[in-house]
Amino acid sequence: MGKTKDSGEEERPQWDNKVQYLLTCIGFAVGLGNVWRFPYLCQIYGGGAFLIPYLIALVFVGLPLLYLELAIGQRLRKGSIGVWNSISPMLGGLGVASMVVSFLVGIFYNTILAWVLWYFFHSFQNPLPWSQCPLNENLTGYNVECEKSTPSNYFWYRVTLNVTPDIEMSGSLQWWMVICLASAWCIVYICFIKGIQSIGKAVYVTATFPYLVLTIFLIRALTLPGASDGLTYLFTPDWEVLKNPQVWLDAATQIFFSLSIAFGGLIAFSSYNGEKNNCERDALVVGIINSATSLYASISIFAILGFKATTGFNKCLQENILDLTNHFEFSDQNITLENYDHWFEYLNQTSPDQVASLQLRHCDLQTFLDESASGTGLAFIVFAEAVVEMPGSQIWALLFFVMLFSLGLSSMFGNIEGVLTPIHDLNLVPKWIPNELVTAITCLVAFLTALIFTLASGNYWVEVFNTYVGSVPLLIIAFFELIGVIYVRGMKTFSEDIEFMTGKKPNIFWKACWMVISPLMLLGVLIAYVVTQAQKHPTYFAWNPEYELFPATEVKPYPDWVFAIIILLTVLPVISIPVVFVYKLIVHLKKRSSTRAQLSPYSNDGFEVETQEQGKQRA
Amino acid sequence: MLEKTFFLLCLSSALGNELCTPGASDGYKVRLSINTALGEEAYPWNPNEMFLFRASLAFAMRNHIAGQIFEVSNIVVCDETPRVSFWFVVTSPLNPSELVNKGNVEEAVRKSRNRINSAFLLSDNTLEFVGIPPTLAAPVSPDTPPWLIVFGVVMGAVGAGIVAVLVLSVVQKKRKKSRKTEDEDTEVEIRPKAMENGDGVYNPSFTDEEPITQM
Repeated sequence: MGKTKDSGEEERPQWDNKVQYLLTCIGFAVGLGNVWRFPYLCQIYGGGAFLIPYLIALVFVGLPLLYLELAIGQRLRKGSIGVWNSISPMLGGLGVASMVVSFLVGIFYNTILAWVLWYFFHSFQNPLPWSQCPLNENLTGYNVECEKSTPSNYFWYRVTLNVTPDIEMSGSLQWWMVICLASAWCIVYICFIKGIQSIGKAVYVTATFPYLVLTIFLIRALTLPGASDGLTYLFTPDWEVLKNPQVWLDAATQIFFSLSIAFGGLIAFSSYNGEKNNCERDALVVGIINSATSLYASISIFAILGFKATTGFNKCLQENILDLTNHFEFSDQNITLENYDHWFEYLNQTSPDQVASLQLRHCDLQTFLDESASGTGLAFIVFAEAVVEMPGSQIWALLFFVMLFSLGLSSMFGNIEGVLTPIHDLNLVPKWIPNELVTAITCLVAFLTALIFTLASGNYWVEVFNTYVGSVPLLIIAFFELIGVIYVRGMKTFSEDIEFMTGKKPNIFWKACWMVISPLMLLGVLIAYVVTQAQKHPTYFAWNPEYELFPATEVKPYPDWVFAIIILLTVLPVISIPVVFVYKLIVHLKKRSSTRAQLSPYSNDGFEVETQEQGKQRA
Repeated sequence: MLEKTFFLLCLSSALGNELCTPGASDGYKVRLSINTALGEEAYPWNPNEMFLFRASLAFAMRNHIAGQIFEVSNIVVCDETPRVSFWFVVTSPLNPSELVNKGNVEEAVRKSRNRINSAFLLSDNTLEFVGIPPTLAAPVSPDTPPWLIVFGVVMGAVGAGIVAVLVLSVVQKKRKKSRKTEDEDTEVEIRPKAMENGDGVYNPSFTDEEPITQM
């Protein structure tokens, strides 16, 4: 069991050791986005050149904000609501906003984990179910939808999601998804049962296992053909992209969301630390490891994707070779992959019309490499296809999906902690209800809310939540966090806090970032983000088998009621900031009209200043 | 006698040659990709292999059309290329100048496809009958989908874990409570002893420590 503090505070739990704390923070920061968002951004934004805006954003926005959250949580020793209430009661809305965002993000994030579990359960089959098309009803051919697209597309969209062609058609609850979602929430619950005692044990596995798997994949991928093509493609810098402002915006948002700032989870985790912990070093460690993991993951992923592109290219060539061999009646295996080009030139010269009549597909490795994907498309379609081509595909599939699950689970810990700690700190539940029951009720409520994502149109809703809840509200909260700590609490007080905790005041770099650079950059990113989003009517990609260009996804605009929900989702978390501010202001003004007490965190209602009239009245 | 048989054989083969032409309406084109299938262990294609093919096709015809005895001579082959590919037609054993129709040949090949493939160590893809698609293997669907089994195992373990942890914590709380009441009991025991000294509240800072701390 953890050590408890002395009777000064009511037994705040503590980390068993520093390693657990660091691993939990790293696990929270390192999530699915490091594996499936960063490599994609690297690829479309000119490879190595993307690292420049990324690292600049890390140093000037990411690390200062991370340091700030860890420091304030450790100093004030409360969850997100308690911390902001301590700094100033008018800022209490920040904590509520963090809590709401954590809850909303937690419910759709766990749905993604439910999908990962589904694929994990199916990785025990031989052959893998997404490697071949099922037969149609009268067993004369393959299923039409599967034939037109690919087996892995079919398995993802039809078998797993059973997706409707439109977000308006909700369909029904998919029972298999419901039970996968239930298992995902049960696994989260069992890790959370004992609070940070159980999380601290769980992160030994969930935070370190992904690195092991990434290494195994890297070693395996480097022995497969085509890995080097993938890596050169990923890292070849295209310096022109630096002129595009969208790149800078994406780099800043990627760093910001990747570090999981403004969820309140980091504040909660650091509040369980001892008082004299060096949080500056912790912040640097977590931030640097997060970015290093993104880079490392992209190397592994792209080695595998290079292999996949080469396999696709070779298949294309083999089809052409077969056509040529059959038509010209050459001996089998006369034309091989190596001498295909020679033969093609020769045949084109000698009998061009015959070659033209065969309508050979033009095979270009670059086109295969360009088939980029991010998010669920990368994990469940592209990577699943790649795994099928590797010898021993069950093992690789298992490893991959367990890695995704542990990456997501450790991030879920931070999300749920951002919900549970404020509930605990606000004393919302009476003391006689044990913590285990509160956690169970929270998980149950979250599970029931997340059932929307198990509808047939659930995938579209996850996209809605992912794009709109996990973006603008977080930027707003982070901006107000900076203002709250640096300007309301005061740079001087905060420097003294840090001196108390680490033994020295923060140096000029941190001060400059906190006071000027980071707020400006955050504001710039926020405005730019809102402007780019507002310029076009939001659209989504629908999987519609009736579409003419099927298997390409159809681009559809969101209907108005969904648009209203989007606005609601963006506004709901942050509405508490002005609401609480105004409410406390009114209360303060009412008090001020009766007494002269100042609204400061040190005001103690027991010692009201008597006015002369009150003194006369008593006498 | 011998000359008659010889003459008939020549006649039948001559007739057969006229019946078999590339693109014949009752004929099929066959393509073998031995190198692709077997790589290093590929055998060379020679007249013996061709004989085996004709024999296995005669076997397939015998299996399909009961009663008629097809011989190797009933399978006529032509237009052999280095690919290895050729055309074949099947003549009826009752009348050597008549061809067995396409549908029957297709059925026969379909039925015995596996046997023909195995004779040549090839598969449906590498021993291709152009125009006869391979029958797709029915998917193996076990009664309990395997993923449900894995799900059951995982959920069982998680559920057992939750129950175990909850029970443990309840037991520990009970133990703490009983220990607390034990401490209270022992405290209550000590107090009466001290009260013997006189009425009033027991103040441990003024105990008679002299025997212990004698100068």
